Amino acid sequence: MNAPPDTAPTPKAAAPGAPAAPAARPSQSDHLQLVVVGHVDHGKSTLIGRLLFDTHSVPDGKAERIEAACKAEGMEFEYAFLLDALLEEQAQNITMDTTRVPFRTERRPFTIIDAPGHKEFLKNMITGAASADAAVLLVDAQEGLREQTRRHCFLLSLLGLRQIVVAVNKMDLVDYRPDVFDAIRTELSEFLAKLGIEPAHFIPISAKHGEGLLRGSGRMAWYRGPTLLDVLERFRANPPASGGPLRLSVQDVYRFDSRRIIAGLIESGSVSVGDAIEFVPGGKRSRVRSIETWPQSDPPRAGPVGSGSEVALTLEDELFVERGQIGAPLGDKPYEARTFTARVFWIHDTPLRSGELIPLKLGTQQAEARVLGIQRTLDAVTLESGTGTTGEVKVHEVAEIRLRVRKPIAFDVGGKVPALGRFVLMRGRRIGGGGVIDSVVDEPTATLGKGPVSRAAILGHRGCIIWMTGLSGSGKSTLAQALEQRLLTSGILSAVLDGDVLRTGLSRNLGFTPDDRSENLRRATELAIHLADAGVVVIAALISPYRLDRAMAAERAKEKGIPFAEIYINAPLAECERRDPKQLYRKARAGQILQFTGIDSPYEAPLAPDLELRTDRESVGDSIEKLTQAALSLARPQEQALDGAGADI
Amino acid sequence: MTHLDELESQSIYLMREAYHAFKKPAMLWSMGKDSNVLLWLAKKAFCGHIPLPVVHIDTTYEFPEMLEFRAWAQKHYGFELTVWTNFEARARGIGYETTDPVTVTHELKTVALQQCLAANGYDALITGIRRDEDSTRAKERYFSPRNAEFEWDYKDQPPEFWNHFTTESGPGEHVRVQPLLDWTEIDIWRYLDREKVPLPGMYFSRNGQRYRSLGCMPISKPVKSDARTIDAIIEELKVTKVSERAGRAQDHHERNAMQKLRAKGFM
Repeated sequence: MNAPPDTAPTPKAAAPGAPAAPAARPSQSDHLQLVVVGHVDHGKSTLIGRLLFDTHSVPDGKAERIEAACKAEGMEFEYAFLLDALLEEQAQNITMDTTRVPFRTERRPFTIIDAPGHKEFLKNMITGAASADAAVLLVDAQEGLREQTRRHCFLLSLLGLRQIVVAVNKMDLVDYRPDVFDAIRTELSEFLAKLGIEPAHFIPISAKHGEGLLRGSGRMAWYRGPTLLDVLERFRANPPASGGPLRLSVQDVYRFDSRRIIAGLIESGSVSVGDAIEFVPGGKRSRVRSIETWPQSDPPRAGPVGSGSEVALTLEDELFVERGQIGAPLGDKPYEARTFTARVFWIHDTPLRSGELIPLKLGTQQAEARVLGIQRTLDAVTLESGTGTTGEVKVHEVAEIRLRVRKPIAFDVGGKVPALGRFVLMRGRRIGGGGVIDSVVDEPTATLGKGPVSRAAILGHRGCIIWMTGLSGSGKSTLAQALEQRLLTSGILSAVLDGDVLRTGLSRNLGFTPDDRSENLRRATELAIHLADAGVVVIAALISPYRLDRAMAAERAKEKGIPFAEIYINAPLAECERRDPKQLYRKARAGQILQFTGIDSPYEAPLAPDLELRTDRESVGDSIEKLTQAALSLARPQEQALDGAGADI
Repeated sequence: MTHLDELESQSIYLMREAYHAFKKPAMLWSMGKDSNVLLWLAKKAFCGHIPLPVVHIDTTYEFPEMLEFRAWAQKHYGFELTVWTNFEARARGIGYETTDPVTVTHELKTVALQQCLAANGYDALITGIRRDEDSTRAKERYFSPRNAEFEWDYKDQPPEFWNHFTTESGPGEHVRVQPLLDWTEIDIWRYLDREKVPLPGMYFSRNGQRYRSLGCMPISKPVKSDARTIDAIIEELKVTKVSERAGRAQDHHERNAMQKLRAKGFM
């Protein structure tokens, strides 16, 4: 290794190409990533500040500067200020964002991830806790369990964090009474048990006075357990899932030179030269020819390269491998599927809505996912299920949902390879929420549409005809427009076919004689069939007064294989006449319009409609809800069935 | 895996993600120890290549020794180097001789970087900042968006977890990608030692003092030290309680100087 004279001395000369000398340090990383969670003002920053101070991890001058500042304000020394360096934080006394603070004891190095307890900053807490090995859950002895205490517990369980120690803080403010401590321990143990969490210890502390952190307290002689630091030093720095099968998340394929190099992260297992690998989705197979390194090692690296490592490799065959695929052993592949159930937490202000199409990222894979249904939302505080079906998951809510991605993705379930069993959903550029996959939903893949590439497969639904019949003024147009909007927001291509519009265009040469009415409906039917065949959910809003015409329409749709539903929009004539939105009844009564349905032309009510809506008795909202369900069951029959089957999961 | 292996892998993961996600990413390089680790990691991430431009913001107050190192390293590693100076500010008389260090840092570093981004259309910048350097950097994200005015909205940062990040930027905006966030100063030195990464000589003791952090000549002060080797530096760091950037005058010119600088776009 050469360097310009006097400018780049390498302190220890290394022979060119020599492998790096083994570091004279512990071979296994023992670095513990620790998150501190709990309700706002229960003392997180003070605890961290005190830990830093007591382990002599504070740079010179910092403590003195804060001491001077506190004195100037006439305050006691505030350990939290050691952390809260930003101006606004000191003003509000609230930690604003995730902070990572390294410190070390004689036993091991730590990184504390300070997750804020302020309600609006849950996303920061998740950002912090998702990468932690262990958690300290702080509870104020005076206040006991609060909303965020419970919410944070719930999220820790969802994030898969299992090493948890509970510190009951501010014992000095309750005169170090054991009964206060015991009551909190009992209540919290019960709550955590429901989440499947068993804390390593409950420890009474006073962060402010440094009691129970590094040393015990004479005032709490009744407590005989370990100190907080004892427990933290004994936690395991989570070893990566090295025992599992190989999972190589492909990040990129490089062709900087003649080599075609597959670069990615080994999420679990290990890889060596000569290993047979299959890339899913897709299923292409080859063997590892080389593991690329820089500087080039001599002899070339043969592996194994283990989990948690970045790797760059070449294959024996020139396969088209791309970002998002997962390399796996032939006999132990991840699932490759489109539909699954998951528990999700939502951290974006715009709710996650049933029916919406949203980008999903899992490992390095990205796919559009349809929210097929939200089974239930869970109140993270009470652990109660929301009642009935719900259309959305709001910010800070947790829910069980069913998702279907547009193309198959590869994933693992049941904690086999945790990194490949969880995903995020993107709201714009930001992560809107995260989820853990619970189960794969077996789906018949070829039931939608026809032909090798069907429109239904592209759209995610099939075309159909929702035929709304009823008197003028019964509410057809209003409901049709509302239904169209509902379907469009759910990602369903839909269009209203309105009688009035037809009359001004396609049927403008027709009058209102029985023959002309029939011809008008024949044209409407054919148009609806064309649209539905192209994949559109057609919402026909037509008076269509004659049973025969409606029957012919249904018959034609059946011939063409188009699902068809007759919806009777039923309001009594008197009510329609009272509404008279277009003043047509008034004109008809005045003899200015002839052959007006209901006045001087008959309306033949359906005998067995697929759905009847009494718009004079029920609210517009109720009607739309029923209509939407009817439309969805035609457009996506299989998902409706799945949702029904999934209700008791 | 050792802790250094874990850090190395994570940094390489982040670099590869950035290289894939952005249309025109660039990498910042100050010739300092952290940015030399960055170069080294890039060579590893991209199998001996540095497939993105390397940017040096030259304040015109660079140590001559650092400029020599710049020329040497570019040849040694082989990468496309973009050097940018805010000549407009210098022409206006902005300089340490006449102006306070916070203003100079803003003009000659942040504004210069702004000009450089605008001229070259970079949509992501890979930087070598670390969380343990400064309390505002401690709050950073791996992928940290900056708006078109370069502002950092530290009160509403995007969530990132499970290796998923904000990997898009709008017109005029860019994302700072910060692969060394989790490294500490000692990690850097151990890695420099383990990998034999070439470094400027100013980090090592001469005449009883050495530079612990290097910036502009007039405002970078050496610390007292006899550490002539990396081992000696690591031993020194284990016991010191002086903060790393104590010798960087712009950080301490006024209360919250670093926060103000960073909110406006400083690294």
